[in-house]
Amino acid sequence: MNRKLSQKIAFWIFRILGWAVVGILLWILGFIVYNGIGVISLEFIFDSPRNGMLEGGIFPAIVGTFCLIIGSMIVAFPLGVMSAIYTNEYVRDGKISRFIRMMTNNLGSIPSIVFGLFGMALFVRAMSWGDSIIAGSFTLGLLVLPLVIRTTEEALRMVPDALRTGSYALGASKLQTIRYVVLPTAFPNIVTGLILSVGRVSGETAPILFTVAAFFLPRLPSSVFDQVMALPYHLYVLSTSGSNLEAQRPMAYGTALVLITLVLIINFTASLIRKYFSKKHGAV
Amino acid sequence: MDIIEAKNIDFYYSDFHALKNVSLGIAKNSVTAFIGPSGCGKSTFLRLLNRMNDLIPDTKLAGKCLVNGEDIYAKGVDVDTLRKKIGMVFQKPNPFPKTIFENIAYGLRVNRMGNKEFIRNRVEESLKAAALWDEVKDKMNRSAYDLSGGQQQRLCIARALAVKPDILLMDEPASALDPISTAKIEDLIFDLKTQYTIVIVTHNMQQAARVSDSTGFFMLGELIEFSDTKKMFLNPAKEQTQNYITGRFG
Repeated sequence: MNRKLSQKIAFWIFRILGWAVVGILLWILGFIVYNGIGVISLEFIFDSPRNGMLEGGIFPAIVGTFCLIIGSMIVAFPLGVMSAIYTNEYVRDGKISRFIRMMTNNLGSIPSIVFGLFGMALFVRAMSWGDSIIAGSFTLGLLVLPLVIRTTEEALRMVPDALRTGSYALGASKLQTIRYVVLPTAFPNIVTGLILSVGRVSGETAPILFTVAAFFLPRLPSSVFDQVMALPYHLYVLSTSGSNLEAQRPMAYGTALVLITLVLIINFTASLIRKYFSKKHGAV
Repeated sequence: MDIIEAKNIDFYYSDFHALKNVSLGIAKNSVTAFIGPSGCGKSTFLRLLNRMNDLIPDTKLAGKCLVNGEDIYAKGVDVDTLRKKIGMVFQKPNPFPKTIFENIAYGLRVNRMGNKEFIRNRVEESLKAAALWDEVKDKMNRSAYDLSGGQQQRLCIARALAVKPDILLMDEPASALDPISTAKIEDLIFDLKTQYTIVIVTHNMQQAARVSDSTGFFMLGELIEFSDTKKMFLNPAKEQTQNYITGRFG
C-alpha cells in the first residue's frame, strides 16, 4: 500500500479514537443529566430523605461526602507530601528510593474493598472508633496515599535542580531550600494531585462500606465519631435496596448528578487555584 | 597571604580522576580565570571552593583547600555558612520563580540578616552593584521570569552579592548570553573586583584575556600553567598552553 494512504488511514484511526474518549465522557454526562435533572430542586439538595427515601432530598449524604473528603485529605496530604519529599529530596540511594516507590505502587494496586476490610479491622475495631467519620477518613486517606505520593513526587521532580543549587549557593540549608524554593515551585502541580485524590475519594464506595457509611441517617453528624451517609453509598442503596426500586430510580440519577457536579466543581476550583499560583510564581 | 590556597588537590568522581595534584594561590580582590577544553576539570575545581561538589554522590577529595587560611574541608566546618561567604553564579541564569525583589532578598532571609528596612536597602544596593537597578526599579514585584536572559543573569549576580560574600565564583556566566549581555557582565566583573575576589571559569579565551588578572589553564585534570594573564597570553611557558590559546586544539 502506498505510504501516503497508510499515513492517512492511521491518522484517521487516531483521530477517531481520540474523539471517542470525549464522546464517551459526554455520553455519560448527558445520560446522567437527562435522567437526573428532573428531581433536582432546592428540596432535593437541602433536605433529608423521607418516606422510605422516596421523597425529600440527599442533604445528609452531601454533607457526609464533604466530611469524608476533608477528613481523608487531612490524613493523606501531609503524610503523602512528606513521604514524597523524603524519597525525592533526601534519599540519595537509588535502591532505597526505588524500593519505597515500588511499595507505594503496590499499595496503590490493592483493591479498595481490601482497604475497607483493613479499615474496619484497624480503625473501627482495634482503635474502637466505631463506624465513624474518623475511621472512614483514615481508610480513604490510606487509599489515596499512593496517588498523593506519586503526583507530589512528579511535581517535585519537575523542579529544576538549578533552583536547588542556586539556593544552596546562597547559604540556604536543605530544609530552607525545600521550604522556600522547592515546595512553592512545585505547589501548583501538587494541587493537581490533590484534585485527583479528591475525585477518587468522593466516588469510592467500598472503603466506606464497613467504616462509616450509614444506610439511612437523616440527621447531620455532630462529631467525627458519628456515622454519616455518603453520596456514592446512597446511590448504591437507592439502586439496589429499599421499598420501591422503580420509584427510587430518579432519585438515584439525581444523586449521581449531584456527585458528578460536586467533583467537577472541586476540579474547577482547584484548577483556578493552580492557575493563580503558577501565574504568581511563574510557570516551571 | 592569598585568600584561596589549594594544596595538592586530587578529586575523583567514583573512578574518574578529575583533578590531578592541583596547587594554586589566588590573591584577594583579583580576577582569576580558568580556561581549558571541556571536561578538563576547571568547573570541578571551581565547585570545590564552595563545596558544591558535596551534592554529587560518590566523590572523593585529597589535598587541602584553604580559604582565608582555614581548611574548608576540615571537620566541623558549616557548609551553609561557607557558601554564604563564597557566592556563586551559574552557567545558565537560575532565578527563583519569585518576584525580582524576593529573589534578591532570599539570601538575606535564609541567613536571617536584618529587618525589613535593612533588606529593602540591601536589595537596592545589590541591584545597583549588578547594574540592574535602573532597569527593574519600577517592577520589583514582577516575576523574575519576565526579565531577559541577560537581565536574569545580572539578577543572579545581584542575588549572590546581597549576602556580601568575600569571593564570587562564576561558572561560565556569559556562555548562554548574547554579545551585548556578555559585554555587560564583563564590565560588571571589572567593577566588582575592587570589592570581591572573583574566580571565573570560561570557554572563551578572549573573555579570560579581557577580564582576568591571572589565568589558569587546565587540561585532562591537570593545572598545566597558572600565571599572570598577560604573560599567559603573550608568552606562555608551556607548549600545551601555546597550542590551546592559539586554537590548535580544544
